[in-house]
Amino acid sequence: MKVGIAVFPGSNCDTDALHAVRLAGADGELLWHEEADLHGVDVVILPGGFAYGDYLRAGVIARFSPIMRAVAAHAARGGLVLGICNGFQVLAEAGLLPGALLRNASLRFVHRWVTIRVERDDSPFTAGIPAGTLLRMPVAHGEGCYFAEEVTLDALERDGRVLFRYLDNPNGSLRDIAGVRSTTGNVAGLMPHPERAAEPLLGTDDGLRLLRSLVGSAGASLAAAWVR
Amino acid sequence: MADFRFAVAVMPKAGILDPQGRAVEQSLPHLEITGVRRVRVGRRVELTVEAPDEAAARAVVERLAHELLSNPLIESYAVELVGATSSIRVEASGAGRAEGRP
Repeated sequence: MKVGIAVFPGSNCDTDALHAVRLAGADGELLWHEEADLHGVDVVILPGGFAYGDYLRAGVIARFSPIMRAVAAHAARGGLVLGICNGFQVLAEAGLLPGALLRNASLRFVHRWVTIRVERDDSPFTAGIPAGTLLRMPVAHGEGCYFAEEVTLDALERDGRVLFRYLDNPNGSLRDIAGVRSTTGNVAGLMPHPERAAEPLLGTDDGLRLLRSLVGSAGASLAAAWVR
Repeated sequence: MADFRFAVAVMPKAGILDPQGRAVEQSLPHLEITGVRRVRVGRRVELTVEAPDEAAARAVVERLAHELLSNPLIESYAVELVGATSSIRVEASGAGRAEGRP
């Protein structure tokens, strides 16, 4: 079971994510954004950072990288893709996840610990973590205010596609949304950083629980079953 | 061929929270300015397109504005032609097209 972590110019959580997926029991490999080849990985993580300096809009320039064609094809085949922070922004800009991440309502970069509630346990990203579980992990972003049109938000709620919600909304996200999944269920994104909460030395290993779910789901070849 | 200079104005859509606009509004009392409302902060991008005619140039800019410069979910854009000049090429004999554009 191998997890590939995309590296864009300006990614800065790539090696943290690599370290964390290894803690979660997977092999890991960094994937350079100029290559449209995923080297046969089973799962792709788009890590946090400031791809292309966040120029124009966070995530938009990374969206047109060669690797994103391969990521889109991987997702279309039912492969698992997780975007963390800037990776979530890239997936939203690429249209692989609904909505957009706007400038924080406070206009400030927020970097602090937050508590999120797991809303669904019937996803490959949260399997084994009962719905209602509270997880602590850090956020660090300037553009994390989740936005989608009302009709989209209603559909997300109805279809159980809101995966995580903030207890203490740090950025003005609509309906306290911290993470969502795609209609097909195999692509997800969240603003908090599970890889920065992956071992007790960092304060908690709550984040590792998410990564273990992801690795476990992929390892059990359940990915296809999760695609509705 | 000619060069067409465009300006693309990208603005947050109505109804989208614009914290930058709100911050500007909140600063107005410090300047003792009154009567200013509905401040919205957007972005202006200027660019030059080489094309046979304005319609062809505009089509390129529209695609760029829709796919890259704006996110249609949260932003609208307006394309404005701000100037055009005929391209002047140096056709030195034997030099072919070696005289690249800058």
